[in-house]
Amino acid sequence: MALLSVRDLKVALPAGGDRTYAVDGVSMEIDRGETLCVVGESGSGKSLTASAIVGLMPSRSLKVAGGSILFEGRDTLRMSARELRALRGGRIGFVFQDPLSSLNPLERIGKQVSEMLRQHNWHGDRRRRVIEMLAAVQLPSPETLVEAYPWQLSGGQRQRVMIATALAAEPSLLIADEPTSALDVTTQAQILALLRDLTKRNGTSLFFITHDFGVVAEMADRVAVMRGGKLVEYGTRNAVLYQPREDYTRRLLGSVPPLEAGPARPAGETILRAAGLEKSWVTRAGMFRPGRTVNALRNVSFELGRGNTLAVVGESGSGKSTLARVLMRLIDADAGRVELAGISGNYLDLRSRELTALRQKVQMVFQDPYASLNPRRRIGAAIAQGPLTHGEDRETVRRHVLGLLARVRLDSSAAERYPNEFSGGQRQRIAIARALAMRPRVLIADEAVSALDVSVQAEILTLLQDIQREEGLSMVFVTHDLRVAARMADQIIVMQSGMIVEHGAMEEVLSAPKHSYTAKLINAVPQLSSAEAAEPPSNILELKK
Amino acid sequence: MRLHDFPWRIGVGGALLGLFAVIAILAPVLAPYDPFAISGPPLVPPNSSYLFGTDMLGRDVLSGMIHGARVSLVVGLVSALCSAVIGITVGAIAGYFGGAVDRALVRFTEFFQVIPSFMFVILLVAILTPSLGSIVAAISLVIWPPVARLVRSEFMTLKTREFVEAARSLGLSHGAVIVREILPNAMPPVLAVGSLMVATAILTEASLSFLGLADPNMISWGYMIGSARSVFRQAWWLSIFPGLMLFLTVFAITLLSEGLGDKTNPNLRGNQPGL
Repeated sequence: MALLSVRDLKVALPAGGDRTYAVDGVSMEIDRGETLCVVGESGSGKSLTASAIVGLMPSRSLKVAGGSILFEGRDTLRMSARELRALRGGRIGFVFQDPLSSLNPLERIGKQVSEMLRQHNWHGDRRRRVIEMLAAVQLPSPETLVEAYPWQLSGGQRQRVMIATALAAEPSLLIADEPTSALDVTTQAQILALLRDLTKRNGTSLFFITHDFGVVAEMADRVAVMRGGKLVEYGTRNAVLYQPREDYTRRLLGSVPPLEAGPARPAGETILRAAGLEKSWVTRAGMFRPGRTVNALRNVSFELGRGNTLAVVGESGSGKSTLARVLMRLIDADAGRVELAGISGNYLDLRSRELTALRQKVQMVFQDPYASLNPRRRIGAAIAQGPLTHGEDRETVRRHVLGLLARVRLDSSAAERYPNEFSGGQRQRIAIARALAMRPRVLIADEAVSALDVSVQAEILTLLQDIQREEGLSMVFVTHDLRVAARMADQIIVMQSGMIVEHGAMEEVLSAPKHSYTAKLINAVPQLSSAEAAEPPSNILELKK
Repeated sequence: MRLHDFPWRIGVGGALLGLFAVIAILAPVLAPYDPFAISGPPLVPPNSSYLFGTDMLGRDVLSGMIHGARVSLVVGLVSALCSAVIGITVGAIAGYFGGAVDRALVRFTEFFQVIPSFMFVILLVAILTPSLGSIVAAISLVIWPPVARLVRSEFMTLKTREFVEAARSLGLSHGAVIVREILPNAMPPVLAVGSLMVATAILTEASLSFLGLADPNMISWGYMIGSARSVFRQAWWLSIFPGLMLFLTVFAITLLSEGLGDKTNPNLRGNQPGL
């Protein structure tokens, strides 16, 4: 019998929502020692399904409306609060997405792990068990680490602590909700390997929620694809990934950019040239700690040719966003020069009153479409703001705005609406229109698609490519995602701790990285392997009919 | 819509405050007597011709209360407005520019915060001679620091938001970014605190009048309570009724402020489908 068996689960949304059920008739099973990956885009109901299993609804307005959840032969939907508490942490461990907020900042690591053991009446030496678990998740010197506080640990180390806590009481099921989405790609690879080893070794089943098909390919025995609260496709890993039956699954798989780049497009003359950029942040010395200097940019130089795209790739803290902001003159560099075709001399020396020429040539698309639009300004006014500031007359601007909305494939009625009426992808289109309104020659995209679902991401990338081709735009594309970089860029610079460690044509760097860090980054990207098999063999199609 | 979603605080507070505003505006029409004129025998308890009785000089208490609403509301609203202007300006500049400007402005704000505020008001009014203008000026000068601190912290978070960076990269000037981009987003909590400041101003004015530092040409609730304290045991109505007005006004404003605060706090908003 399956360890966990979810039958026809329904979770009702409060009346007046955009659909009746947040989770609508979902059935799935996990055997002992097996890993089930639940994939879906935001709002697909995948996290809610996990919450329902342990009776932890995120809001009181959400209620289980039907179905059953059999865990080790008992229905968790009919358990009392006390039984559920014993279940959570005891029989079912949990690992959440954000390791920053899931540890108590005021308690030592050891105490937090051993608290779980105390709650579930662990027989035996709790301290020994804690050290054993910290060693099992491969944390350095577990004996001293038990005395550490969460802020002394990196994000990856904190996630290891969370896994140690979740597995401490030897649960038979571990639920992991996007446990690596907030981590850098190299850290992600380590955490995935760790989860795989630990669960296989102890025969723990894993309920793994993710939006990333690469992760699915690395982790799953079975895969469940969810969309809009419904189960779209359910089957073994190979069946779902390489012979998907449903259009939706195929579309999702097709949206994942392959980790390979075409030859670089021919570049025009150099439009943007940066040389010797330096920027460091100095944290002020406190009473008990000396001031620290963080080098965000160290001797950064590059060139961008007209009509080309330069990818800036690196992990968090590599200085890539600082670079984008220095190029935008949103923050001032300590040293270095940047030259732009059409502006004489180093534009880093321009005084803030003289920046108009730069603002009209270089524009930026920001990461978070939910934060980059002023919530109290209508879309039309937001797009018109730049040109109006630079003295264009209202009627011209109005027509220009309508043209731009059409350009990014939004209805002209959008101009009169506020940002909260739009989805993330639509907002990013608006942000692109706003940047284009200035008729820039260079577009800087700072993680412009990282916050978006994979299918929306594909649409935005296509849109950017179309616009680039039609307008002859040059782009600086800052991203942590090598797949996205491979799809978009002709040239790439790889950054680590503020320095460029590798610089070259995208295609060559991907196929033959020269620096070990670049190779490490490329290897850490979860492989979909034969993702080309997204096109199913004909016999499968016939079966479907 | 569930019951607790209904903004009853705003409804009740607004209605009460509106009522007081009407009373203040129509005071000459509504008041049965001239509040300063001797209109009957002294210390008459409440009866049908003097609803709330008369004071020790034979002046009608009801008329005094009605006219007193004017002083209270004018002082409350004008001082809150003035101090909001000072506080928002100081807070916005400090929060937006940061660094040395911020440190200087925070020291300046602290200078006003470390002086015992009521003593400061008394001192100012005493020096400037009590009049409506000097009372408003003194109160505004004392109650703005909390606004400045709040606006500063709002600006410090909002200025790092991407829409502010986007506005800067479109070439908007600092002034335009402050006034058109950040300020509208910083206003909701300021509005909530600002309405509470109206209440503080009204109470401060009442305390000043109680101590005799009132505009001699205008009757106010604080003045009425203050002058009644010597005959409190014989004539309770002299202090109870103006006190009740004071309480109701401040209560209405507090309700309104809490209601506005809840409404603008996204954590307390109900589930809004589709968002």
